[in-house]
Amino acid sequence: MKKVELINVSKSYDKQVDVISNINVTIEPGEFFVLVGPSGCGKSTMLRMIAGLEEITGGTLKIGEQIANNLSPDKRDLSMVFQNYALYPHLTVQQNITFGLDVKRMKKDEQKRKAAEVASMLGLTDYLARKPRELSGGQRQRVALARAIVSETPICLMDEPLSNLDAKLRAHMRSEIRRIQRTLGITMIYVTHDQVEAMTMGDRIMILHEGKIQQIGKPIDIYNHPANPFVATFIGSPPMNLAKAVLDETTEELVVENELRIPVPGMERSKLPSHGMTVGIRPESILPLTPEQTGGVKLEVTTTNVEVLGNETIFSFHVGTEEWMAKWSGQWHIGIGEQLPVWLEFDSLSIFDGEEGHLIKKTVDQSHHVVQQEVVE
Amino acid sequence: MKTSLPAKIWLYFLLIVTSLCVFFPVLYAFMISFMTGPEIIQGRFFPQTFNLENYTKVFDRLPLLNYLLNSFIVSISVMLGQLVVCSLAAYAFVFFKFKGRDFIFFLFISTMMIPWEATMIPNVFTIRKLDWFNTYQGLTLPFFALAFGTFLLRQHFLTIPKELHEASQIAGLSRFKFFWKVVLPISKTSLVTLGAYGFLTTWNMYLWPLLITTNQSVRTVQIGLKQLQSQEIATEWGVVMAGVIVVIIPTLLLLFIGQKQLQKGLSQGALK
Ligand SMILES: Nc1ncnc2c1ncn2[C@@H]1O[C@H](COP(=O)(O)OP(=O)(O)OP(=O)(O)O)[C@@H](O)[C@H]1O
Ligand SMILES: [Mg+2]
Repeated sequence: MKKVELINVSKSYDKQVDVISNINVTIEPGEFFVLVGPSGCGKSTMLRMIAGLEEITGGTLKIGEQIANNLSPDKRDLSMVFQNYALYPHLTVQQNITFGLDVKRMKKDEQKRKAAEVASMLGLTDYLARKPRELSGGQRQRVALARAIVSETPICLMDEPLSNLDAKLRAHMRSEIRRIQRTLGITMIYVTHDQVEAMTMGDRIMILHEGKIQQIGKPIDIYNHPANPFVATFIGSPPMNLAKAVLDETTEELVVENELRIPVPGMERSKLPSHGMTVGIRPESILPLTPEQTGGVKLEVTTTNVEVLGNETIFSFHVGTEEWMAKWSGQWHIGIGEQLPVWLEFDSLSIFDGEEGHLIKKTVDQSHHVVQQEVVE
Repeated sequence: MKTSLPAKIWLYFLLIVTSLCVFFPVLYAFMISFMTGPEIIQGRFFPQTFNLENYTKVFDRLPLLNYLLNSFIVSISVMLGQLVVCSLAAYAFVFFKFKGRDFIFFLFISTMMIPWEATMIPNVFTIRKLDWFNTYQGLTLPFFALAFGTFLLRQHFLTIPKELHEASQIAGLSRFKFFWKVVLPISKTSLVTLGAYGFLTTWNMYLWPLLITTNQSVRTVQIGLKQLQSQEIATEWGVVMAGVIVVIIPTLLLLFIGQKQLQKGLSQGALK
């Protein structure tokens, strides 16, 4: 268990443009830290800097208590799973897995035992004698994982290690990696662009965009209170609906896209700026209108697309120039072009500053708690 | 691929004709090596009887076995020397970052444009100063550094994904260990190709051994063959051809063995 600390870290490949800038984060010992962001935002670059494969052009990197900027990769006591596996093509799966142990001069039978253990954990036992080119993409990926796990280093870096697996195997491997990480107490830095992975695996998530930190926090906090519109649309599927809005001072209403008018409760009034804002609402917060519904804002929408996914129904509609989506649980028989009454609440809105993009108003906590109740006869 | 029968016949016909064209001189030499003097002058293609008289003569007249052994030692040493020097040079050019690397490589490659004969005179002087006439090192050492071989291996090394290098850096592999345990095994194909090339060119080398050897101690077969020609007033072609056939055999053997290795290397070296 070791912590990893980045202080003001930046990176530029050509000495002009920073592909990564101003990274300040402390990854705690034993933490599962997930790095997400769109393609090309600098996730791999950051991981490679931590591994010592890429020079750090600005700032300080600390591993444990030691400053590690100029430490060679093998002195950093970490293992890494590469985005393209990096398996040795001339070695068998078994030899690939034990490669690092061999370098460390571990005894042969000890190596064998460990390899067998890890292989059975990752379902590779039948392939130990094969060469990497005789494996499928997913199997290769698991060999790469096995190689990292078997080394039992206190820090493990993984660059999209599950991208080539099918949905079922991926779900299995997610929990398997998580379990291994917990039992061995590994400090894990995990890169992915799959937000389901990020949400389900991470103790904390860091969202990166164009080399800058957008937000760091617990998955649920990021989901509930995204720091800016980018995070709001990046996390969550379908993404949060966004639209431009202004405050109508006379009626004390929020006017969204000149179409939707949402009354602002008195105490919220003072927090909102007089200039433009971006409002956001999660698709699941746009609800079906029932006759007994009294509060909230009602609106009539025309559906433009409908997807029924078995346990939920997603449909889209226009609000001004924006296309919004709503997600209702269960199967709904909705036709395209149909008129639907829906409602939403001011409480479930996220409001961002129109210029700087920071969060002005959070959604109100709507999570549920399981309350133990006695059954009364 | 499926080809129709006439196409197949045509294909095989062409193959046989061209291979006969290519192989004719060797075949003719083989036939001559069994003929007597008058038979050769008559210009026949097939000898009347296959007698081995020419072969016994050639071994009588020359220390041919000795020459063969010398040729082997020289060719194998040059081959190994080239493999070691070229692979290390190529490794440095690909996996080390240093200032002016590309420029030095360009300079290195541009020496390929200087014909080897142009450097022969200074080389001979060097060998003389070192007093290496009639020694194996005099015969072999000047050929160890081969720009073409470095180029060939560099091209292969460049195809090795840099993540392999990085993965072994993280595992704590030293630079030499990475070279030995990863780069060389992956590049087996190119190494075999370069090895075969080095062996054959050295085996067939004539001018350099002629300059460097003044007695029989380290003389190679190619010189020996030439000796057969000029020793007599009228050359006994049957004997010369017998010598040629003896000299060709190891080369052919090597080609057959090398081919097998090459095929194995090709299928093993496939990346990813
Ligand atoms: N060796 C390099 N030289 C110059 N620019 C580079 C180099 N490697 C990466 N970059 C640039 O740095 C940026 C970040 O790249 P990086 O590989 O870290 O992205 P990523 O977040 O891992 O993307 P992906 O999800 O597609 O893997 C990209 O814009 C890329 O073009
Ligand atoms: Mg990447």
